[in-house]
Amino acid sequence: MTVQIKTLDMEPKRQTFGHVARRLGGDKPATRYQEATLDVQATANFHYKPQWEPEYWVYDTRKTAVVMADWYKPLDPRQYYYATYNIARANMNQAVERAFAFAEERGLIEKISAEARKQIEFGLLPLRHLHWGANMNMTEITQRGYGTAVTAPCIFSAGDHLGMAQVVSRIGLLLDGQTGVSLDMAKEVWMDDPAWQGVRKLIEDTFVERDFFQLFVAQTLAINGVVFDLIYKFADAGWKDAQIAVAMLTEFMSDWRADESKWSDSVIKTVAAESAENKALVSQWASDWIARAVEAARPLSAALLGDNGAQAEAAREATIKRARALGLTL
Amino acid sequence: MTAKKLGLKQRYAHMTRGLDWETSYQPMDKVFPYDTFEGIKIKDWSAWEDPFRLTMDAYWKFQAEKERKLYAVIDAFAQNNGQTGVTDGRYANVLKLFLTGISPEEYQAHRGFAYAGRHLRGVGPRVAAQMQSLDELRHIQTQIHTISHYNKYFDGLAEFPHMHDRVWYLSVPKSFFDDARSAGPFEFMIAIGFAFEYVLTNLLFVPFMSGAAYNGDMSTVTFGFSAQSDESRHMTLGIEVIKFLLEQHPDNLPIVQKWVDKWFWRGHRVLGLVAMMMDYMLPKPVMSWKEAWEIYFTEAGGALFQDLARYGLRPPKYADIATAEAEHISHQNWAIFYQYTHAAAFHTWLPDAKHMDWLSEKYPNTFDKYYRPRFEMWGQMAKEGKRFYNMALPQLCQTCQIPMGYTEPGDPTTICFRKTQFRGETYHFCSDGCKDIFEAEPEKFAQAWLPVHQIFQGNCGGATIPDVLNYYRMNVGADNMDYVGSPDEKLWNEWQADKIRTAV
Repeated sequence: MTVQIKTLDMEPKRQTFGHVARRLGGDKPATRYQEATLDVQATANFHYKPQWEPEYWVYDTRKTAVVMADWYKPLDPRQYYYATYNIARANMNQAVERAFAFAEERGLIEKISAEARKQIEFGLLPLRHLHWGANMNMTEITQRGYGTAVTAPCIFSAGDHLGMAQVVSRIGLLLDGQTGVSLDMAKEVWMDDPAWQGVRKLIEDTFVERDFFQLFVAQTLAINGVVFDLIYKFADAGWKDAQIAVAMLTEFMSDWRADESKWSDSVIKTVAAESAENKALVSQWASDWIARAVEAARPLSAALLGDNGAQAEAAREATIKRARALGLTL
Repeated sequence: MTAKKLGLKQRYAHMTRGLDWETSYQPMDKVFPYDTFEGIKIKDWSAWEDPFRLTMDAYWKFQAEKERKLYAVIDAFAQNNGQTGVTDGRYANVLKLFLTGISPEEYQAHRGFAYAGRHLRGVGPRVAAQMQSLDELRHIQTQIHTISHYNKYFDGLAEFPHMHDRVWYLSVPKSFFDDARSAGPFEFMIAIGFAFEYVLTNLLFVPFMSGAAYNGDMSTVTFGFSAQSDESRHMTLGIEVIKFLLEQHPDNLPIVQKWVDKWFWRGHRVLGLVAMMMDYMLPKPVMSWKEAWEIYFTEAGGALFQDLARYGLRPPKYADIATAEAEHISHQNWAIFYQYTHAAAFHTWLPDAKHMDWLSEKYPNTFDKYYRPRFEMWGQMAKEGKRFYNMALPQLCQTCQIPMGYTEPGDPTTICFRKTQFRGETYHFCSDGCKDIFEAEPEKFAQAWLPVHQIFQGNCGGATIPDVLNYYRMNVGADNMDYVGSPDEKLWNEWQADKIRTAV
C-alpha cells in the first residue's frame, strides 16, 4: 500500500530557462546540473581587453589550439555542481577520518619498520608538492579555459588536489609525531633529491604552458596517469610492511582518481572526437606529455622500488592504453 | 627527536604555504607573469596573515552540510508553491533584476578569484582566493537553483545569460566586472575583494536578502543565510588584502588609493540599481536606500576608513557626493526605467499613494519637492491614456554606462554632463567621478561596449526597437512593460482569487 499526500498541482509556464531548453531541444524539465552549468559563462560583447593579455578577451576560445563548435559538449558525466561536489567529497572524506582515527588508535604508524618509514618519507610525502602543482594547473584552467562545462569541474579538481596535498601532509604528521619534521625533510627531497628532479621539472614546465587544453591533457592524462598512478597504484611494494597502512590512508586518492578520470577522460574523448584536427593535436600533446612524464617517473620508480624504472613503464603502458581508448592515436 | 608538536597556526602553515616552493626549472617571473606590471611592491609574502584557517576537509564538511539544508528548503518551497505566498506579484521583479544583473557577476567573481588564486605569487593569498573562487561558483549555482522555480511561473527570468551579455542596463554591472577581470591580480583583489565584498557588500547582498525575508521569499532568504558565512570569510579576505598591500611598501599607498577611489565610485554607480530596488520595487520595503547608505557606508565605512587612516589611506574621493546623491539616486533611476519600460526585462509601475507617502517620509528633503510631482504627472498622463514612454535612445556615460539622467551635485534640476577628449574623440560622462576614472585609463575605457552606440552602429539586430528587443530575446508584452496588465499580474491575481475562494 502507498501513502499519497495530495499537493496542489500548478501548471508552470515553462519548465526551464530558454538557453537550457534550446540545448535540450524543447521546453523539458532540466536537471540541476544542466541549469547550473549550461551557458553560464558570458560569451559576447566584452568591454575591455585584459591589461595582462591584450591579445585575447578574458573568455576567449583562442586560448587553445583545439576548436570546438560548442564548448558545452564536453559535459561532466558525474553531473557535479557545487552542492553535489561538496557532498560527494564530504562523504569520501569520512573514510579519511576513520582511517586516520584507526591508524592513531592502533598505533599503526609506530609499528612500521624504519625501512618502511624511510620509504614513505622519500617516496610518498614529497607528492604533496606535486598535488599543489596540480592544484595550480587546475586553477589556471578554471580561469583560462572556455565554458562553464569544462571550467567548473576544474576548480573542483583544484580543491581536490589541495585536499590530497593535505592528506599527504597528515600522513607526514602522523609519522613525525605532529612536529612537521618529516614535511620539512620531504620538501628537501622534492627540491634537491635527484630522483625527484624530473618530476619537479615536469610540473614546473606545465606552469608555463599557455594553451589551456594542452595543459588539461598534460595534467589529467599524463601527470595523473603516470606520476600519481606510479606512486598510488604501482608502488605498493615500495611501502614494505606499511602497505596496508598506506593503502588505508590514501584511500581517498584512489577513490578520487576513479572519480576524476571518469570526467577528465570523457572531456578529452569528446574534444578529440570533434574533428580530425583536434584528434591530431590532442594525440600529439598526449604523446609528448606522457613521454615527458615517463622520463620524469623512471628515476623515481628506480629509487623507490629498485626496479630500474619498470613500474614507471607499467604506468606508461596503462596510460597509453587509456589514451587509445579515448580515441587518441599514439 | 626533540622537535615540538605543532600549534594550530604552524600546522595550518604546513597544510598550505609549506606546499609551495620557489621554482628553478622555470623562472618564477614566467610562472607568475602578471603580478608585477601594476607596480605593487611585496617585500615579504610570508608576512601574509591567513584570514581564516580552513583546510579542505573542513571546507567540504561545512559546505556540504550547508548545501544539504539549503536544497531541502528549495525543494520544500517548490513542492508547496512558495511563489504564491510572497507579498505581491511585483516582488518577482526584484529576482529578475538579481538574476540578470547580479548572479552573472558571482560567476565573474568565481573566474576572477581563480585568476588571483593562480597568479598571486604568495601562497597564502592564493589559497584564500581559491576558496573564494569555489564559494562564488556556489553562489551563482545556488542562485540559479533558488530562482529556477520562479522562472517556471514568472516572465523575464528565462534568458538571463543571453540578456546579461546584451541588454542596455545590464552592461552597467557587466562592464563593472569586465573592468575588474581585465585588471591585474592586485587591482582585482582591491576592486572585488575589498571595495565590493568589504565596503559595499552590505549595500548589495544584504538588501536583496533582507528584501526576500520581508517579502515572504523563503527560498531566496535561505540562500542568503546559507551564504552569510561565505560572505564573512570574503570580507575578512578583503580587509586582509588591503592591509597587507599597505604594510608591504609605502609606494603601494598611491596605487591602492587610486583603486579605492575608482572602485568606490564604480561600485556606487552599480548600487544605484539596488537603491531603486529598495525604494521602489519591494512591495514591503525593508528600509530606504538613504537609511541603508547612512548605516552601511557613512557609519560603518566611516569607521573602516578611520581604521585605515594609520596607513595613510583616506576615504574614497567623492564619498561626499555619493552621500548627497543618496537623496536622489533611487528616484532618478526608477524614473529612467519607467520611461524605458518597453526595453527593460522587468516590469515597472508608479508608486501608489501609500508608497509615495512612505517615500515622502523617508526623503523629506527631496521626494515631495522633485520626484512626487513627476510621478503624479506620469500617473495623470497614464490615466488619460497617454502613458509616457521615452522612445529616444539615451546617451550613456562612457564609464558607468548608465543613461545620463543624473543631476548636478547641489542642483537637482540640472542634468550633469561632463566630457573629455581622447585621440580626437569626445567622451561623455555622468559625473566627475566617472570622468576621472576615464582620464586615469583612457585606453581602457575608450574600448567600452556601449549599448546605445552599438545599436546605432547596427550591431544589435537592427535599427528599430523591435529589432533590438528581438536581439535581446525579449518576450515582448510579457518580459517588458508595466506590471499592470502583464501576464505576471494576471497569474498573480488568479492565485489570489483562488486563495480567497478556498478561504470562503
